[in-house]
Amino acid sequence: MDLRRPPRSSSGGVEPKIRQVGFFTPDASAPSVLLPPAAAVPAPLAKQGAAAGSPPASDDLSPGRLSPVMIPPPRHADLLAPGSPSPAAADAVLATSAPARSSARLDVASEIADDDSWSRAPSATELEENKRGLSEIRNEGAPASIPQKQKTSKAERRAIQEAQRAAKAAAKEAGKSAGAASAAGPVTSKQAKSAKNAHKKDLPQAASTVASEKKVTERLPERERKLDAPHPRMQFDDVHKVEKAKKRAVVNQSEARNRVELFRHLPQYVHGTQLPDLESKFFQLEPMHPSVYKVGLQYLSGEVSGGNGRCIAMLLAFREAIKDYTTPPNKTLSRDLTAKVSSYVSFLIECRPLSISMGNAIRFLKNRIAKLPHTLSESEAKASLQSDIDRFINEKIILADKAIVSHAITKVRDNDVLLTYGSSSVVEMILDYAHELGRKFRVIVVDSRPKLEGQELLRRLVAKGINCTYTHVNAISYIMHEVTRVFLGASSVLSNGTVYSRVGTASVAMVAHAFGVPVLVCCEAYKFHERVQLDSICANELGDPDVILKVPGKAEDHLKNWADNANLQLLNLTYDATPHDYVSMIITDYGMLPPTSVPVIVREYRKEQLWI
Amino acid sequence: MLVPLPLPPRKTLTPPRLLLAADPHPKSEPPPHLLGSPLRAPPCRTCSRSSATSSSSLSAVVRKVEGSHAVARQTAELLRSVVSQHRMGSSANQAAALADAVRAVGEQLIAANPIELAVGNIVRRVLHIIKEEDISATAVGIEGLSVTVDSDDEYDSEHDDRPSLSAAVLAAHARNALRAPSLQTLLEDIPVSPAISRTASSTGDSDGKSKSGDKSSTRKLKHDVIAAIGDLIDEIDSCYEPISEQAVELIHQNEVILTLGRSRTVKEFLYAAKEKKRSFRVFVAEGAPRYQGHVLAKELVEKGVQTTVITDSAVFAMISRVNMVIVGAHAVMANGGVIAPVGMNMVALAAQRHAVPFVVVAGSHKLCPLYPHNPEVLLNELKSPSDLLDFGDFSDCMHFSTQDGSPLLNVVNPTFDYVPPKLVSLFITDTGGHSPSYMYRLIAEYYSADDLVVRRKSTA
Repeated sequence: MDLRRPPRSSSGGVEPKIRQVGFFTPDASAPSVLLPPAAAVPAPLAKQGAAAGSPPASDDLSPGRLSPVMIPPPRHADLLAPGSPSPAAADAVLATSAPARSSARLDVASEIADDDSWSRAPSATELEENKRGLSEIRNEGAPASIPQKQKTSKAERRAIQEAQRAAKAAAKEAGKSAGAASAAGPVTSKQAKSAKNAHKKDLPQAASTVASEKKVTERLPERERKLDAPHPRMQFDDVHKVEKAKKRAVVNQSEARNRVELFRHLPQYVHGTQLPDLESKFFQLEPMHPSVYKVGLQYLSGEVSGGNGRCIAMLLAFREAIKDYTTPPNKTLSRDLTAKVSSYVSFLIECRPLSISMGNAIRFLKNRIAKLPHTLSESEAKASLQSDIDRFINEKIILADKAIVSHAITKVRDNDVLLTYGSSSVVEMILDYAHELGRKFRVIVVDSRPKLEGQELLRRLVAKGINCTYTHVNAISYIMHEVTRVFLGASSVLSNGTVYSRVGTASVAMVAHAFGVPVLVCCEAYKFHERVQLDSICANELGDPDVILKVPGKAEDHLKNWADNANLQLLNLTYDATPHDYVSMIITDYGMLPPTSVPVIVREYRKEQLWI
Repeated sequence: MLVPLPLPPRKTLTPPRLLLAADPHPKSEPPPHLLGSPLRAPPCRTCSRSSATSSSSLSAVVRKVEGSHAVARQTAELLRSVVSQHRMGSSANQAAALADAVRAVGEQLIAANPIELAVGNIVRRVLHIIKEEDISATAVGIEGLSVTVDSDDEYDSEHDDRPSLSAAVLAAHARNALRAPSLQTLLEDIPVSPAISRTASSTGDSDGKSKSGDKSSTRKLKHDVIAAIGDLIDEIDSCYEPISEQAVELIHQNEVILTLGRSRTVKEFLYAAKEKKRSFRVFVAEGAPRYQGHVLAKELVEKGVQTTVITDSAVFAMISRVNMVIVGAHAVMANGGVIAPVGMNMVALAAQRHAVPFVVVAGSHKLCPLYPHNPEVLLNELKSPSDLLDFGDFSDCMHFSTQDGSPLLNVVNPTFDYVPPKLVSLFITDTGGHSPSYMYRLIAEYYSADDLVVRRKSTA
């Protein structure tokens, strides 16, 4: 119950309008059908208006907001599909376009042909505001929808079409009924007016949404589309590609021996070989900015770790690099800087594979560079990029953490026993804050080899006076009896709800699930990713296998010289994927949501990120 | 059916429990392989009573010997020496007196380490053996001497020919002479046997033999019991063979197997499959905080098994690519639940999630006739926190405490995990494969119902 409350309350302002629509389409399912888009739309729109610096779009679109179905790009439409508001109206439309239903594209064509105004819609004959709205829609719709677009099946496309048709029909009917009930009071006349508006403006707009969608998917250059879809990752079992990559590589790395067969597709190098090599090359690596270089070394040595820490370090290094950047003659800033950043990134990848959060941050930065207006001078552009980076760090990481803490604190009650695994910065903030508020609770810190990050967390918490219990991950079934909440950090949350996090998180979540203890995953929204993953094997990061050998406090070394024996492999996984059904709730800066709502956040967030 | 056990201390940052004070007895011959052990306390010459106090030497040992196999073997050896030193009095009820002596020692042993269920198992087995021998002797006394010779020969020949034969077979043989091991007899037994066996041992003795050949029959009883305990020891020693024989039938080519920690039974099981030219791959979770998985990995690699060592936290990640989980157990309870090294419940849950068969290999000495209640707490033992935290590193955190004086920093280091029967797919014991729901019946083969509560006498 708790899970659903926040998003609904945030959309509270829209509900009356939905009821207005419901007046015309008395189907019971209508409000629930219309709710999600209504909840989703206003916030991004408002933010876009503010951030993009264009005249506030919300005023222009106010007629459009009357029936919010029209605005959102079609992914919400799958929600709409099952309950088409008015069967009769839908039938009427069906009658006109019945033969063409089988093909989605034909469907559009025939529908556009249905109505004069619709056919005009994509062209430039629209009203000024509609045009603006259209361009915005196109821009916002395109990047978010395209990755999905490639995946949508025929059935889904059809569902989308049907939903849009239903919406149009509803609006049409609204217009009709309003005309019929002209004797009604001022409210109805107003509604009639707005309904007419909806007829005249929204329908074109709806059509334009459809059309622009189509146009975008059809006409978008291949290159741009690729940019938006998640890149297929480098697969290291492909010999040719690995050879190629090696030629490009800055760092000489020797591949680890005795690699685990299942993980051939992941890079694994002999640990410690890169560092001296890199150090010796410090002065030769001319294109590398020293601050980036430093961060790379910090990744390599493990000095900087943790999703947020690594991301902030990288962004600050890029900021430094941009500050010192000058455009070479005969080159444009946006192109050259993008290439530069790419080379930095590939250097960092060689030091340590990127985390997903870093990938998102890089994507943001590249986007900002690409979207720089050409009119800006170099210094202005650089300043704008630097402030963008600062804003990203501030809003997406620091403020987001604060928002998460304020959400999560409501879930900490007196006499709670909170369990956490490993060391998550945001979970630590929550515990600290709860302690500051004077809540009485105990913390159980569960840790695992080889990193034993929990020990540092334990030390800090005990020093603050929080009652702590420390144990290792094997004892999780023993300790889970007394736990009332499990707070976990995450490296990333993937759009199928999978939580990608420090290895062992899945085990903890599984045992908590088995014991009926709620699992709350705390993760900033910038770490969300549209990628999906089912297991922990297809994508992961392999750590240094040698650290498994060293057992703290045990002198004997049973597996010495393990690499000499071809039959023995050591596997040091870094991450694992927690299935979404083990997760009760994901606490993010946008609120607390069930793992099934992750794709919504991914979509909305991506949009916002592009328009920040 | 539950034996109340003392609650182990929870969440301590204190040193591990002190070993029980050793009070060994010189007259009781210590188990031969303990003679060289540096852990053995010096013998004291003052004690006069033999068998009852000799147990305390083992009490110390029980804490020092690790692994239920070694404990079971030593318990059996000790009980054998108890029996052999038991002076058969002229009292009417020889068997009852012997059983009482064994029970007295057994009580002490169990009290010394209630967590080590193998001790109680062996004590019960020995009590059961005494009872069976007594019944058979009585039966012989009634039916005539020829049968005695027969059964004796049978024992000897079996012992000579196939020393490795499991005691289950022997027990079944012995029982066959008495009663068919069918469900019917079991059902008949439950209400009757406590009464019968008691009365049978007493009345049978007094009626049938006490008047005629006391000396010979008591000597015979003692001899038979000692021989049967010897068989039990052999069975414990050789329990790996019948288990590992089944390996080839359960492991197919290119199988991927996951195990946690180190169990000798698992090792022998995998060895046997490897020797039969099966090629398979093993993931070994290291099994914190003892990290015995490293040892197992080393042993497997020496035999040429493809082995991958993973951290315990990676079990969930890897289990989706595993075909079978094979683990050892500390004890198998009568409900089919398993007391196993810590972390096993996590592995079992992960295996269930991915529908991977969870196979437990265990010798019959690990079968415990008790039904567990809250075994995570009651049948667990908390070890030293120093396994997890380096006291040196954390000395600065030690002095923090709350207002009421309890320490801020607690460390939990349990030894065992309880795996409920629903998570176990199969048990492999030396009598073959069994499902968890059958374990109660299998266990009923080894123990007599009135011995389940060994301590009953002292509490009564």
